[in-house]
Amino acid sequence: MFTAFLYRLRAEGVPVGTSEWLALLRGLAEGLATDLDGLYRLGRALLCRTEADYDAFDIAFADTFRGAALDPAVREKLESWLADAVERSSDELVDPAFSDAQLWEELLKRLAEQTERHDGGNHWVGTGGTSPFGHSGRAARGIRIGGPGGNRGAVQVADERQWASYRTDTTLETRDLTVALKALRKLQREGDWALDLPETIDRTCQNAGDIDLAFARERTNQVRLVLFMDAGGSMAPHAERVEQLFTAADEVGAFASFEAYFFHNCPYSWLWTDFEAGERRPTAEVLAELGPRHRLLFVGDASMAPYELFTTTGWGSEADRATGIEWLRRFRRRCPASAWLNPDPRRWWDHPTVSAVGQIFPMHELSVDGLKDAVAALRKPV
Amino acid sequence: MSGTRFASTADYVADDDLVAVVDAAVALGRPLLVKGEPGTGKTQLAHAVAEALGKPLLTWHVKSTTKAMDGLYQYDVVQRLNDARFGDGDVRDISRYIKLGVLGRAFSADSQHVVLIDEVDKADLEFPNDLLRELDEMAFHIPETDETVRARHRPITLITSNAEKELPDAFLRRCVFHYIAFPTPERMTQIVRAHLPDLDDRLLERALDRFFGLRKVRGLRKPPSTSELLDWLAVLVHAGIDADRLDEAHPFLGVLLKQERDLVAVRKGAAGTVW
Repeated sequence: MFTAFLYRLRAEGVPVGTSEWLALLRGLAEGLATDLDGLYRLGRALLCRTEADYDAFDIAFADTFRGAALDPAVREKLESWLADAVERSSDELVDPAFSDAQLWEELLKRLAEQTERHDGGNHWVGTGGTSPFGHSGRAARGIRIGGPGGNRGAVQVADERQWASYRTDTTLETRDLTVALKALRKLQREGDWALDLPETIDRTCQNAGDIDLAFARERTNQVRLVLFMDAGGSMAPHAERVEQLFTAADEVGAFASFEAYFFHNCPYSWLWTDFEAGERRPTAEVLAELGPRHRLLFVGDASMAPYELFTTTGWGSEADRATGIEWLRRFRRRCPASAWLNPDPRRWWDHPTVSAVGQIFPMHELSVDGLKDAVAALRKPV
Repeated sequence: MSGTRFASTADYVADDDLVAVVDAAVALGRPLLVKGEPGTGKTQLAHAVAEALGKPLLTWHVKSTTKAMDGLYQYDVVQRLNDARFGDGDVRDISRYIKLGVLGRAFSADSQHVVLIDEVDKADLEFPNDLLRELDEMAFHIPETDETVRARHRPITLITSNAEKELPDAFLRRCVFHYIAFPTPERMTQIVRAHLPDLDDRLLERALDRFFGLRKVRGLRKPPSTSELLDWLAVLVHAGIDADRLDEAHPFLGVLLKQERDLVAVRKGAAGTVW
């Protein structure tokens, strides 16, 4: 049972190593966990390294110690059935004498029979109602499946998955983004002058004991971050996530400078500093300011009509009338430390303009993990 | 500690999850890493542990300039240089210029201490790694005097982090980890009761409603935390605000939200976007 738990944890993505596992076994030997609750607490404290692991731990724990593992496909199907809880009060309770094992057998049987979504009632798996299966129901004992734990009548706490929102592969917390962005910092000796003690001692020795002070510059961060954000129509559903990234970048505060520009679909000859107020700057001017210390992050879905990327737009000089893709190439040439974050999931990237942009900039998903990858790539010397 | 603090300390001891992780950390001799939003009482936990176990507490407040060495010992070379130059005291005795840090003192103490390494994430990214060996072996060497300071009583180590920086894996592997979730409305009621025992029930209920509603507004740069809630309630009581008024208005919103942008966003009725 225990080793099965270990492999279940690893399968869910909790990075449990031998030393953590031995620590757990040692803890058990010391009598730190005497029941399932204790095991849950001890295991979580020793095997999880961050709150992002809690949800995966809950899943693994629930699956292993409930004695029955639900097929993920079945689970997902169930969860979509149960997505909307129907809160109903009822005082008729079903027979509370079901044992856990019986409950599971019964559940699997009913799942096999049931083919559609079900709310209320007293037999089918669904929301509300008095069947011991499903959630928000009023049965005295039962197995809760997905949904919010309204009445907490369920057998397993772990199944409530209260930590689900802490997963880094799905959520985008401003704080996590800030952490990820901070890794971009690069410290260099260009700050204020400070006493260099080892050098002072060395020189003093050379100087026959007469104190000779030496100074060196303190290390400061010289990285300049520039964010380019697509504010086009297809980006509307992602506005909140883009806003979070902007907030995070603004909050880091550790960069030598931080600038943000907006564009529509693709940067052409103008970049907006404020869309609403219509404040904008010529792209060529922004481009000219970029140097080796700049790191560029583009945020956009990169999906547009092909002519928006590949044909000439705008008026003015020859240089200003470049295609969107040419403007992107200019950015990349000027500043190779650049990356593109796409709010659309990777499986949608099979699109002519997305792959064209992806050939210029390394493209990552706009998520905490995606940002981490992008930052790691930007840190590499180019 | 004031009288109200004691109640919240007793509160801590009652929390099953925390008791279990503290027990595990003590029994396994591993540092306990506590993470959580500001205002969830991470630092107070160390005080509660020290008090409950009846052991003295040594606190090491980590800053952005803190080096791992600062917690072990410092060799006051400038003083020695000065003494050598101007002839004050015996400069041949290096141990006179060795000053033990928090961990050094805890190691050399003749009873077990509780050590709090507060806000470990404030320091440089490498800081936790530099402490690995010392925390593992509970000993360190002072090359200047060729002395080894070995813990006579393994200290109970608590480390707090606000998750400003990610901590290195090797460090995390050696810690017992606990994340303090933001208090639920029920627990928040207990916390407020401990601090403001005379608060009107209806006012508290309405205020908590507004508070948790405010925390749900997406895109706030700094969502209000426990300490802001307590300040806000104190202001409401002081100004004699009626519980019913809280339904229509947000009086003294500035106490809860410290950023101008958040205030504007909430007053507009939604968190604004940048465009």
